[in-house]
Order: sequence, then structure tokens, then C-alpha cells
Amino acid sequence: MSKSPASQPLAFVNARLVDPESGYDGPGGVIVSEGVIADVAKGREFGKLSKAVRVVDCGGALLAPGLIDLRVRTGEPGAETKETLASAAKAAAAGGVTSFVVQPDTAPAIDDPSVVDFILRRARDIDSARILVAGAATRGLKGEQMAEIGLMREAGCVYVTDAGKPIVDSKVMQRVLTYAKGFDALLAHRPMDPWLAKGGAATGGEFAGRMGLPSISPMAERIMLERDVALLEATGGKLLVDQITSAQALETLDRAKKKGLRISASVSINHLSFNELDIGDYRTFAKLNPPLRGEDDRQALIEALANGLIDVVVSSHSPAPAEDKRLPFDEAAPGAVGLETLLPALLSLYHDERIALIDLIRAVTLAPAELLGLRGGRIAPGAPADLVLCDIDAPLIVDAARLLSKSKNSPFDGRRLQGQVLMTVVDGRVVHRAEG
Amino acid sequence: MTASAHDPARAAIDAIRARVFAFPKRHFLSAGDLNAPQATDLLDLAEAFVALNRQTSKTLDILKGRTLMNLFFENSTRTQSSFELAGKRLGADVVNMNPKTSSVAKGETLIDTAVTLNAMRPDLLVIRHASSGAASLLSQKVSGHVVNAGDGQHEHPTQALLDALSIRRAFGRVSGLTVAICGDVLHSRVARSNVALLHTLGASVRLVGPPTLMPAQAERWGVTVHHDMKSGLAGADVVMMLRLQLERMQGAFVPSTREYFRFYGLDREKLSRAAPGAKVMHPGPMNRGVEIDSDVADDPAVSLIQDQVEMGVAARMAVLTSLAARLEGKQ
Repeated sequence: MSKSPASQPLAFVNARLVDPESGYDGPGGVIVSEGVIADVAKGREFGKLSKAVRVVDCGGALLAPGLIDLRVRTGEPGAETKETLASAAKAAAAGGVTSFVVQPDTAPAIDDPSVVDFILRRARDIDSARILVAGAATRGLKGEQMAEIGLMREAGCVYVTDAGKPIVDSKVMQRVLTYAKGFDALLAHRPMDPWLAKGGAATGGEFAGRMGLPSISPMAERIMLERDVALLEATGGKLLVDQITSAQALETLDRAKKKGLRISASVSINHLSFNELDIGDYRTFAKLNPPLRGEDDRQALIEALANGLIDVVVSSHSPAPAEDKRLPFDEAAPGAVGLETLLPALLSLYHDERIALIDLIRAVTLAPAELLGLRGGRIAPGAPADLVLCDIDAPLIVDAARLLSKSKNSPFDGRRLQGQVLMTVVDGRVVHRAEG
Repeated sequence: MTASAHDPARAAIDAIRARVFAFPKRHFLSAGDLNAPQATDLLDLAEAFVALNRQTSKTLDILKGRTLMNLFFENSTRTQSSFELAGKRLGADVVNMNPKTSSVAKGETLIDTAVTLNAMRPDLLVIRHASSGAASLLSQKVSGHVVNAGDGQHEHPTQALLDALSIRRAFGRVSGLTVAICGDVLHSRVARSNVALLHTLGASVRLVGPPTLMPAQAERWGVTVHHDMKSGLAGADVVMMLRLQLERMQGAFVPSTREYFRFYGLDREKLSRAAPGAKVMHPGPMNRGVEIDSDVADDPAVSLIQDQVEMGVAARMAVLTSLAARLEGKQ
């Protein structure tokens, strides 16, 4: 991490403290020192503080562990004009995200320990967020030959995945699951049957039919997930379902969990916030992969997040500059940036009284931390001093042009949200502070 | 204006123009943009142009000094020449851009092309493109009026208008008729626009075709869906056949052309299920022996196919005239 000078101890007082590990949601404060959490006060006040400590009066704002985002694409290496590690880290800090995992679908792909090492070296010079690396599961993300999973783990990669590309060959998938088990490595896999999904740009259904858009049946997700679950059962590996999006796939996930398989699932904030109607008049900024689903699916996803069937929420940050978006719908690049809007968009589910605040926070802090075996994602003495301070009621109109990300492709542009990140702390240092 | 007491066709046009209306929207992108009175007005105007088009002297100066640009990213003989003739007969300067030999082929995006062409100040832009939504995208970037001449599998609104005109001339009305649209509905922009406009004008619509060529939940479009030509055509007043694209014939959506023709090709036997006096339509170009038998297609007693081509020019003249009414007063 950073080489900046040792930071001054900070005392956050008068906060609404939310810690999913202890299940605490109430008044409190935190003292951080030397990059770790030194003391936590729940429902009490700190005694007399030393003069060296800088006191931050939170004014009742939410103080939570910094967000951990398991799925972020940058353009580094290969497409630095879209996003660099540094620009993504700045965007992360502005959004209260203190750690994020970059995806291996870069050019060249992160499918080799030397590329993992390259990213982590670059990350060392970046202060505003902790950058973690996901390595490819197969060489070149081609789904044919296994990547050096063990060596990449040694080099520091936190999980393996072929990112947006499903491993089509079932034998390869079986071997990756079996082999990764030897290292207790987590495999994240996008369930999508490539033949059913071929050529599609929107979810198959009434709406895509009316729009005349080539469509993908949500069945493509369920079929591949059924296969993955069967292979998982046979091999006993550890699987993260990368961005579940449909009600029918949730049924499959539920069965697998009830069987006791080591399976977990993420959902993107986009699929919790939008449905297929948001592509409206061919709005390419809402073109995503996997595509936005029907409202029934969105409701099922929210329900599954509320009851814990879905473990993790990700931003699925995927920068695409305007020139890749301002095209006819079927030619436009899919994807949306999301690091800066993840938290306020997630808070919508709290304001709408759908999910308790602490459960939402868990899905972006403790749950991903536990999946990866990280010490962060909690507010406890000795844990890393990664925190977010947020005025969860402050209104906000998203202005894509003002996003710090190098690409401005946000489907939230113009949307009214609530939740302003006041301060982000990484490793005990303030890396972002709201203006004014 | 060209009103002339000695020319009843021109007088009729001027009378209708005096009675109506500028086009209700800035662009004509979707058949759903029109309500029933607006669509009827356009059909009345088109009807008057039909009479004019049958005279030796066909030229007006309604669009004098205006520039019409045809921007066809997909090849089309009849639609492009139809718009070209419509523009010329209204007195416009017509330019046909061929993107295949222009900078689009060098990787220029649709929007860059639009912005470039916009700088040449065309008053009317007619666009055809292989992607659904392309006309809408273009319309957001230009200052002239955009006419959608077919965007992907989405809409082809002037086709719906000329089809409605053909039907109205054959039956004297559209309202209350039963229209069976048959064949590859899934990939058809003609079907989508026709469903919208025919509903607006009060017809009831059936969609007939194999399940693989029917859009998901098409029954929610307010139509009845049939997978059997016998039931689909039973008692229908109009049988509108759709073109089956060659690349979709072999194996992907239907097993073979001969199987398709056997079950979904229109021949005398299947047509006999329709109402007495039923008419047959096809947007062209036809695949004879695939979706339609020549015997039916070429029979002037039942086929409106040649009428459709003729009506195309008149319908487009009506659309251009009413869009141009919005230009008046603008320099």
C-alpha cells in the first residue's frame, strides 16, 4: 500500500456506527491510528483524547467499513484511455469504495503471475484505494488451457475468473474447479450459455420484441448455472456466481445452497436498480452484459438480497467512452461505470424500506471480505482503518459529466438518489472529502 | 403554390393542404406516432397525390429549394427510388448518399456521418439502417426532419402508410377489416409498423407464422397469434405476406424452403380460406415459391402488390409534404 507519511490518529465521534460483523447499528465512534482501528465505542463516548488525535464530528452520519467491490474493470493494461488503475482508485474513493478487485480481461490478460505482479506494483503507488487482482482461470480467457492458478495466488491474486467469458467446455470447467480446490482458490464464473446468448443485445421478451432488438433468453443464465452447480457438486470446489440476474437462476442457486455446496453469488447494482424498460428509446448507456431484465426479475433479486440468498453486491464497473456508446444499440459496447454510484444507489433499497441498512452494508463489506479472506469489511480493533462516512439522507442528482472515472457511461446520469459520501478513509488516511 | 383551376388533381391537393396540418412530430420514426385523424389526413393527402402521379405533368413546387437526402445504409431499390421520386415530384433537390462507398466504409460512425451531413443543411433526411433504433439516434443529432425508411427489425412507418392506403383504396375503408400478417414476423419491421397503424385505423390484426419466427409474447401486441395458415387466414379480408430472408431459410429458423412453402407459403388453396374478395399484399421483394406462389402474386383480381409500389410514391409525397409544412417560416 501507500508510502505516504504516517498519518495523524483520527477519532470519529457522534456517528451512526454500522458494523455487520457484530451486527451493531447505533450511535458510536471509532479511533484509528497507524492504519488500523485502535478503538471502537458503541453506545458510549470515548474518554479524554490526546491532543495528537484529530477529532471528526460525524454529526450523526453513517460510519461504516469502507466498501469492497469484487468486480471492477479498468483499461490497464491495454486501454488506458478508458480507465487507469489510478483514475479508478480516485473514483472508488469518491464513492466510499476502499478496496476493489480488478478483472483480468485486459490486454494483455491477467493470466500470468508476472501480470499480477505488474498490477500490484502499479497499485503500490496509488493511495486512494486498495487495488486487488483477479487472475484469469484459463490462459487468455479462452476457456481452453488452465492458467497458472497456484503461481498467481502466490503473486497475490485474490480469486480466479474468466470475467465476462463463460468457460464453455465442461471438461475445462470441471478441471479448473478441481484444481483450484487444491489451493482453496475461489472461482468466479459468469453463467451464460453462449449459444442461447449469441447475437443478443437485450433480454428476450415482449419489450425486446417490440423494439426489434436481437434478444437473449434469461434461460441462458439458468442452463449454465445448472451445469456449474452439477460440476461443483461433483468436484467440491468453491464457486462465486458472477452477477446473477434472473429469477429462474435464483431457484438453481437456492437449491445448491440448500445442498450445502460452497457457492455464493453476486449481483450488480445495475440489475438491482434498473429493468429492461430503461433501455427505452435505445438508450445505449443502459446496455449491459448481462442485459437488464424484466421487473419481475429485479424484484426477485432484491428479495434474494434481502433474505441472504445473494451474498454480495458489486458495481460491475465497466468503463466505455462515449465513442463506444454513441452507436446504434446492437453495435454499442455494453457496460456501465459504477464505483461512484454504488453506495447511493444501494441506499435506495434502504430508503425504499426494502432492506435493512446493516444488511445492505454487509453485502458490500463483510460478505466480500469473508469470501476473499480479507481482514477488512468490519469495524473492530485491529482491522484495517478503511472507513466510509456518509450522509445517507443527503439528496443527490447524479451528473455523469462530473464523475471522476475517465469514462462517463453511467446509466444513473440524471437520477435522483440519496446518500452523499462525506469522507473516505483508507489505511487511516483521508483519501476523499466531500466539497463544501 | 401551384393551384390551378384547370388541374383538378392540383386543386385537390391544395384543398387538402389548406385543411390540414403539419406533421404532428418533428420526425417520422414510428407508425405509432400518428393518431387516427392524423393518419387519415395523411391518407387523404396521399390519395390526392395518386391522381397527380397518374398525369403527365406531375411536378409541384411544395419542396422547392428544399434538400432531401437519402441515406441508405442498407440496399433498397424500391424504397430509395420511391423517396427519390417523391422528393423530385415535390420540387426538392434530392441527393442520394451511398454510405457503402463513402466514409462510413472507412469507419466513420453513424453520428459522425449525421453531423457531417447536417452541416450541409438538408431539410429532410431519409434513413435506412440495419440496426434497430438507428433512425432515432440520427434524429437526435440533426437539425432537419428525419424519416425512418426502415431501422433494423424495428419499424418501417412509410410502408405501413402505403399499405393502409392500398387497403383503403381496395375496400373503401380500413376500419373493421381483418388483416392477417403472415410469415417472418420476428425479423420484420414492416409487421411492427403495420400492427401499429392498422390498430390505429381500427382494423383487427392477426399474426400468422411458425413459432420460431414469432416474437416473444406477440399476443400482447393486441393481435391474435396463429401458427396455422388455415385458422390464421379464415375469414381474413387482407392477407399480407412478409419476405423470408434467405439467410433465415436454411435450417436456422425453418428446416427448408420447401417445408416453409408447404405450411406457410400462400397459394390458392390456403387463400381460399380467406373471406370472399380477400386481397393479397407483399412489401417486396418477393421470394416466389417460398412465401408466395406466382399464381397468386400475379393475379390482378386478388393481388395489390403492384398497387403497393404505386402507393409508395404517393404516401411518401404526403409524408414529405406534411413534414415540409413544419419547415415553412424556417429559412
